[in-house]
Amino acid sequence: MSASQVIFYIIAAIIIGGGILAVTSRKIFRAAVFLLFSLLGIAALYFYLNYEFIAAVQIVVYVGGIVVLIIFSIFLTHASGDEMKKPVLWRSVFAGLAAVFATALTYLYITEHNFVANSAASVSPSVRNIGLQMLSTTEHGYILPFEVVSMLLLAALIGCIVIAIKIKTKE
Amino acid sequence: MNEIGLTQILFVSTALFFIGVYGFLTRKNMITMLMSIELLLNSVNINFIAFNKFLYADKLDGLFFTVFIITIAAAEAAVAIAIIIHLYRKLKSIDVDDTDIMKF
Repeated sequence: MSASQVIFYIIAAIIIGGGILAVTSRKIFRAAVFLLFSLLGIAALYFYLNYEFIAAVQIVVYVGGIVVLIIFSIFLTHASGDEMKKPVLWRSVFAGLAAVFATALTYLYITEHNFVANSAASVSPSVRNIGLQMLSTTEHGYILPFEVVSMLLLAALIGCIVIAIKIKTKE
Repeated sequence: MNEIGLTQILFVSTALFFIGVYGFLTRKNMITMLMSIELLLNSVNINFIAFNKFLYADKLDGLFFTVFIITIAAAEAAVAIAIIIHLYRKLKSIDVDDTDIMKF
């Protein structure tokens, strides 16, 4: 095995191991930390595929934003260190069987399917190319989704404030 | 062992997706269910990037889909956590079995 393969298998082990521990750990804070490792592994996979911009976005948004948000909400809603209830046995057995068989079936189809690569000249995923295409108004530009997403973020911001605000009731 | 190609990366994303499904089916706590949803969204992102890299290297469309999915996932997580904290204030619990106040 070459060094590149070894690195890929280490990254894959971190992603899948972190994911499994994040959904099975009984302590919720540990689950959040394992989720953090899984997300960092995914960022490493993007670096491995030479998509540096997406890897940076993954680290900034997920690791720096969402996981910190989840950890704060754990601190607000749990006494840290207490264990969650065990899931019902038959539910975890059937969910596990469903997950294993669905993974096996999907992997079978992936190995059977013949992927045809597009042989046109490749475009480098540099920040310059990404920015030029994202903000262009021509046929393959992404300016409209960009603006729509900005509206969505504004709506989510206002929605969060409205939902989480404390309404004083007159006693 | 052959060179790392599309198949190996697709296996990682498939396994991660069904790990997320398993977590979503077995967990009863809202925050851990939200964490499972994050795993699902991330496995989809891996798929988009891998297809863009190995099959359509002349375009950047998979990359843009990933950027927009990350944005929407961040908005979704923020709204979900606002709802969870509001429910906790009302019910003192974030177990999905206890949140039945919309039943009638």
